[in-house]
Amino acid sequence: MAIEGAEIVKAAAFIGAGLAMGLGAIGPGVGEGMVAAKACEAIGRNPKEAGLLTRTMLVGQAVSESTGIYSLVIALLLLFVV
Amino acid sequence: MAVDVETVVKIAAYAGGGMAMGFGAIGAAIGEGYTAARANLAISRNPKISGEIFKNMLVGQAVAESASIFALVIAILLLFLDVPVPSLLKASALLAAGISMGFGAIGSGVGSGYPGGEACFGIAKQPEIASQLTTNMLIGSAVCQTPAIFSMVVALMLMFIEFGNAPLYPTWAAYLGAGLSMGLAAIGSGYGGGLAAGASCEGISRHPKTAASVTTIMLVGQAVSQTPSIFGLLISFILMFKSFPESTSLSAAMALLAAGICMGFGGIGPGIGNGMAAEGAVRWVARNVEHAGDLMRIMLVGQAVSQSTAIYAMVVSLVLIFVV
Repeated sequence: MAIEGAEIVKAAAFIGAGLAMGLGAIGPGVGEGMVAAKACEAIGRNPKEAGLLTRTMLVGQAVSESTGIYSLVIALLLLFVV
Repeated sequence: MAVDVETVVKIAAYAGGGMAMGFGAIGAAIGEGYTAARANLAISRNPKISGEIFKNMLVGQAVAESASIFALVIAILLLFLDVPVPSLLKASALLAAGISMGFGAIGSGVGSGYPGGEACFGIAKQPEIASQLTTNMLIGSAVCQTPAIFSMVVALMLMFIEFGNAPLYPTWAAYLGAGLSMGLAAIGSGYGGGLAAGASCEGISRHPKTAASVTTIMLVGQAVSQTPSIFGLLISFILMFKSFPESTSLSAAMALLAAGICMGFGGIGPGIGNGMAAEGAVRWVARNVEHAGDLMRIMLVGQAVSQSTAIYAMVVSLVLIFVV
């Protein structure tokens, strides 16, 4: 079975997409979990500020999410564009 | 050098058996070590009830051991399996079975060590609620085992279900992907579930009156932590049971393998993160039970956001399977 050059490139793009999204999902998942854990602690200590703390948590998680979204973008680019 | 199919199947089964037991031994050993370490601390704090703590340590360790016992069972089955019709496809399925079980046992083993350790320490602090702590520990560590059980189910399916006349190309890659997807995705969920269970034993020993609320939020938190491993199970079922058109192109096979890799690795982080969120919530429900509702709400919102990357990974996997 002879493998063409273009075929290898396509296969590599698929593997690359899988690795990009798979490994890229680890960091944001753990980081956002840490944010949520500390937000729970903060609300436990000072329940009056629950609204403010929820907002801060969500903004912090959104920033932490960004690398996950970069991974998604790169994975989709590898799948459909390059 | 020509190698016949029967030899290839044997090689795959032995390699799979080695991976199942080798990787499968990591988690339980670490988890049990943590339990024993906390039990030592607990006994030094309250030597009078060392018998009670020792008993609880052994019970906790026995539950943590179960993940690696699953791995041992799968490894022994792979070593002595009799394959009536050897084929290259079967070889791939057997290797994948070993991968699924080996990686799948890591998280559950480490995770179920935490409730054991915290229950031992809690008994030293509050000997009068020892049986309540043991019960809570058993519930928590039993839930931690679910990802390992999913992995065992996938491994058994890969070993024993006859997949008929599926074409070798690209189905071999689908089986390997199924094993990777389930095995890797189970790591995070098992570990995360353990974090929540550990915090609940610690919390109950601090304020025994809050036990009902603490156990409830522990179970909710653990259930959400399990979702990444359920995504992994879903992708591995699709990869096992969807019939793929025959294609000798390299890219068709690599797309299926990549789908498994993507979901597998993608499930690790959200599983751990959901567990951390649940740990924080459980710990503070025990300390501030009047605000359990607020804490439950923020935990679920936080977990939902942490879950998002697992969902991205699932979407990319589904695109790799169904679209490209």
